[in-house]
Amino acid sequence: MNSCDKQQLKITAAKVRLGIIEGVFNAKSGHPGGSLSAADVFTYLYFKEMRIDPKNPKDPDRDRFVLSKGHCAPGLYSALAQRGYFSTEELKSLRHIGAMLQGHPDMKGTPGVDMSSGSLGQGVSAAVGMALAGKLDNKDYRVYTLLGDGEIEEGQVWEAAMFASHKKLDNLCLIVDSNGLQIDGPVSEVAGPEPIDKKFEAFGFDVQIANGHCFDELEAAFEHAKTVKGKPSVIIVKTVKGKGVSFMENQVSWHGTAPNKEQYEKAMQELTAALHELEGC
Amino acid sequence: MAEMVKKATRESFGEAVTELAAEYPDVVVLDADLAAATKTGIFKKAYPDRFFDCGIAECNMIGVAAGLATCGKIPFAASFAMFSAGRAFEQVRNSVGYPKLNVKIVGSHAGISVGEDGATHQCCEDIALMRTIPGMVILNPSDHYEMKAAVRAAIEHKGPCYIRLGRLAVESINNSDDYKFELGKGITLREGTDITIIATGLMVNEAVKAAEALAAEGISAEVINIHTIKPLDEELVLASAKKTGRVVTVEEHNIIGGLGEAVSAVLSEKCPTPVTRIGVNDVFGHSGPAVDLLKEFGLSAEHIAEVVKEKLGK
Repeated sequence: MNSCDKQQLKITAAKVRLGIIEGVFNAKSGHPGGSLSAADVFTYLYFKEMRIDPKNPKDPDRDRFVLSKGHCAPGLYSALAQRGYFSTEELKSLRHIGAMLQGHPDMKGTPGVDMSSGSLGQGVSAAVGMALAGKLDNKDYRVYTLLGDGEIEEGQVWEAAMFASHKKLDNLCLIVDSNGLQIDGPVSEVAGPEPIDKKFEAFGFDVQIANGHCFDELEAAFEHAKTVKGKPSVIIVKTVKGKGVSFMENQVSWHGTAPNKEQYEKAMQELTAALHELEGC
Repeated sequence: MAEMVKKATRESFGEAVTELAAEYPDVVVLDADLAAATKTGIFKKAYPDRFFDCGIAECNMIGVAAGLATCGKIPFAASFAMFSAGRAFEQVRNSVGYPKLNVKIVGSHAGISVGEDGATHQCCEDIALMRTIPGMVILNPSDHYEMKAAVRAAIEHKGPCYIRLGRLAVESINNSDDYKFELGKGITLREGTDITIIATGLMVNEAVKAAEALAAEGISAEVINIHTIKPLDEELVLASAKKTGRVVTVEEHNIIGGLGEAVSAVLSEKCPTPVTRIGVNDVFGHSGPAVDLLKEFGLSAEHIAEVVKEKLGK
């Protein structure tokens, strides 16, 4: 990735973050913290990594993405809108009655959403099924799924991990958004899912840890994952919950709270300034 | 007239899905370490590449089936009813029902006729659970022939479907030449004027036997076989209730949430008619030979006939 591409990804990520705040503010509810922590991952996947065509969202040969941590839908929606699956105007009706953008991803109504999700632990199993279908049909698409570090407390995640490894699904790439916080507090205090890397190693995964806000590290990790043969991959991305909005960063209270008018304006101001700075250089 | 076959519907299911696999290349089968019992083992032997044993992890199995369905496969995900419909209920609701994915959930060893394994495995709640999921089609075939037809119908129906299988061998009753399976349509097996017996699954045979015994005593009982519990054939239920004026439902399921309640709901809203529900009376089962348990819980032709006579004041 050259510096120009990287700069463009940073600009796109800033726009994705603006869309997240726009959506959650207009919805008066939703999950900004985990959406912001994953914004760079969403951006990398949809603008660099995945083989997709927004004009043909059902292409049977496309790469798939399942947002297993479905509550971070604002991040996914904002990335899809930026990528051209639908207008960014849609973000303003997020969670409204009759809106296309549901509180959690709904594959029936939203172009680009490959699986309905939201009940934690379930998306990863669906991703495993997609990867299995790819193997069965001798197709070369890849399947990506994003989980939360709190989400992996769900037993189903480990059922899925065991099965994916047993089936040698090297076309499957899990991403764990390790922002360290869940609703009730730090993951280390709630249920202690660490060491996440050792757990996935024990389940037979190729395990990498990357800075989830550094496109060079993300590129290295995703490129490596594509070379892994005979086993699934997991990339544990170390992130900051609420990344990009100063007063939301590392604050568990922003897991599932919408900003009020004043907070919204401050957040938009910060993110717009960051965007202008990126565009100016 | 086809020959009379005495066979468990789980066995008929295993045969049917295997026989149809060549015609429908998208059909795949998943199991959770019970292939020998659910009879998906028949498919596994014939089509090992299209069979996936997910191990003892039913929740993941349902999710994997959902993922396969998004890619155009027609997955049958099988386990005991207690686990496929019970343990994995929320996965069925959220990963299959809500996205309307083309997954066929298979619940074997349903009801108390599981027998010796006892209450933990005797699922009398599966129909109730599946009925609450919008868009879920629920099939509970009564014999070998009906199961075979139902499996084909399930494949041809695009959308979520639950198929209930029994463990116990049952004599076929649907071997007549004019037998026709139509999803969502009940079958009048016997015309009558005094009372309507509406039965499903394993209980259809008992209902027919009860009606025969009642006929010998001068009571004319109409017998309706409801193989599709959802969508229920309201038209047939209403027409028969209007004709006889009294209904008895029979199911190997808790009287809460099953066929009896589905029939009662339709009748109370559209044609108030006295209904008596025969089923498992909101209790857990226990260990014992299946045939003895069915008798003990009143799921027999004799008990059905007794209830009918009591309700008719005879």
